[in-house]
Amino acid sequence: MPHKWGLAVDLDACTGCGACVTACHAENNIPTVGPDQAARGRAMHWIRIERYWEGEFPDVRLRFRPVMCQQCDNAPCEPVCPTYASHHTEEGLNAQVYNRCIGTRYCANACPYNVRFFEFFNPVWEKPLHLQLNPDVSVREVGVMEKCTFCVQRINAGKIQAKAEARELADGDIKPACAQSCPSKALVFGDASDPDSAVSKLRRSSRGAGLLEDLGTRPNVTYFPRHTEA
Amino acid sequence: MSAAPVETAAATRQINDDLLRPLLNTSWRFWALVAVLGGGVLMGFCAWLYQLYHGIGVWGIAWPVFWAFGITNFVFWIGISHAGTLISAILRLVDAGWRRPVTRCAEAITAFALMIGAVFPIIHLGRPWLAFWLFPYPSERGIWPNFRSPLAWDFFAINTYLTGSLLFLFLPMIPDFALVRDKTTGWRRRVYGVLSLGWEGTPRQWHRLESAMGIMAVAIIPVAVSVHTIVSFDFSMSPTPMWHSTMFGPYFVAGAIFSGIAALIIAMAALRKFLHLEAYLQPIHFENLGKLLLTMSLLWGYFVFAERLTTWYGNDVAEITVLNVTQRGSFAPLYWTMVVCNLVVPFTILSIGRLRTITGCVIASFGVVVGMWLERFLIIVPSLGHKFLPYSFGEYRPTPVEIMLLVATFCAMMLLYVLFAKLVPIISIWELKAGGYHAIEAARLPETPLANVNL
Repeated sequence: MPHKWGLAVDLDACTGCGACVTACHAENNIPTVGPDQAARGRAMHWIRIERYWEGEFPDVRLRFRPVMCQQCDNAPCEPVCPTYASHHTEEGLNAQVYNRCIGTRYCANACPYNVRFFEFFNPVWEKPLHLQLNPDVSVREVGVMEKCTFCVQRINAGKIQAKAEARELADGDIKPACAQSCPSKALVFGDASDPDSAVSKLRRSSRGAGLLEDLGTRPNVTYFPRHTEA
Repeated sequence: MSAAPVETAAATRQINDDLLRPLLNTSWRFWALVAVLGGGVLMGFCAWLYQLYHGIGVWGIAWPVFWAFGITNFVFWIGISHAGTLISAILRLVDAGWRRPVTRCAEAITAFALMIGAVFPIIHLGRPWLAFWLFPYPSERGIWPNFRSPLAWDFFAINTYLTGSLLFLFLPMIPDFALVRDKTTGWRRRVYGVLSLGWEGTPRQWHRLESAMGIMAVAIIPVAVSVHTIVSFDFSMSPTPMWHSTMFGPYFVAGAIFSGIAALIIAMAALRKFLHLEAYLQPIHFENLGKLLLTMSLLWGYFVFAERLTTWYGNDVAEITVLNVTQRGSFAPLYWTMVVCNLVVPFTILSIGRLRTITGCVIASFGVVVGMWLERFLIIVPSLGHKFLPYSFGEYRPTPVEIMLLVATFCAMMLLYVLFAKLVPIISIWELKAGGYHAIEAARLPETPLANVNL
């Protein structure tokens, strides 16, 4: 049975620390664009912590919601791409083939979650950041669209490792950078086609819900809403 | 449509003289105009080179507003290109006599506006040097374009329309090229000799021309309707608030014809003034086109009303957010300018017979051109800036590069038109003669059968 990758996000556990954002940048060779460009909306955070304030001052509560590509089963970004740069893999991922992307940016306009990012300029890494680029991840050039891949390089590495050790892939073998770095374990990644995996158990919970599920995108990220009032 | 005998040889000579004069006499004003407009186009070209060198980040687009001026210009100019189709093809099919001096002006707008519009899907790309990947050619990679993508549909629709409208423009020029060939000497004789494709004016040739134009006039109408429908599909195929609408196809086609007529009126008024074609482009032509513009203005208003009312009544939270930001929020000044330009001004001027003069029609048309550009902008940007998750709302401000490109499109349109009017008789000479009336008489008697227009 092919794998089907899924992620569960426990909003009760998320403290909004931003470790996942930093880890994602480091793992995936995501350039930083500097304060001016960031202020213009050119920052590229494949995962972001959305902050929402609820209530009126002084009775205000701050809510966090990490949002990354939802790897939809019925993804609006895929059919609109004229060159198949955005396409669906057999393991249910929304893959982005950078070399195939001509930069129409149509996928980003079709994406209801706004989780696709564009290389507006050729990326530069200030020294010494250029020394820490991840060799397993392509560095993108100007004019292409990019987004969260569920750390597909880690998925492939995990599969190769398991094959080399002549064993089945076990739950927890693969962890994307965000899940690995989350101090409160708010992010749980795994194979949703394995009924015993942690993420499968969470997905079966009636508490879970997909983001903007009513649009019919069938996302593979499951959110567990807060039920504490703190 | 073989040439019916014209009353007098003098009248024929008068028509030839009047309409060939711009081709044969060139004043310094022409060169000055070409220099100014060419400068504008060159400015746009430099802006594009700057963009190619640095990356498309020199545009104001940013997350999450990934389309703005570029796609607005694309939709706007493709819309303008609908002038030729409607005026020319439909009026030819219904054989409206007053169309004769108007058709070529309109067909030229179609061809040039399409060329300008079609540039934008390419230059707005992040990597425009790979634009040929939209072309379905057998490659070693074995990958074809994604035929599910509306952008691939665009590629085919626009290419079909461009080919068709160039043919539609060229066919009725053949007898006029032959006329220029026969009336001139030197390089002109040679060049127009080639362009006239050996036209001798035999009955056989007339018959073939007539059949070919009949076929093209019928074929180009569904193509034109499909083109702007497909352009609207670029938006309505995405689940983006206020884009995902079944109404977009007809709404866009109506808007396109609307802006096309406005462009035609402006072009005709300019030609009339600068080429001294008062005897050919008469108040009656503006009057009729003005009525057509009024009709389209009301149709456009109806579409906007229907769209806004259903959105408001449906009260979907994402859609109502976009609706509010357009009607009352940060886009309200642009929105209400659009309503004034597209509805209030044309309706006021054109519904009052006394104001439906050439000047009145031109003022209304300028309003419509501005209003329709704003309409395209207001369809694209507010929706992209306000998609579902409030945290990811975003803004858009144009940069000088985008503004220069916009200005350059207008310069390019005018430049192409000025050069065209210099090289080709801008009024179809043989069609005018075939119409059985001539300039002198028409100028003297405003109440020619022309006035009995039945649209």
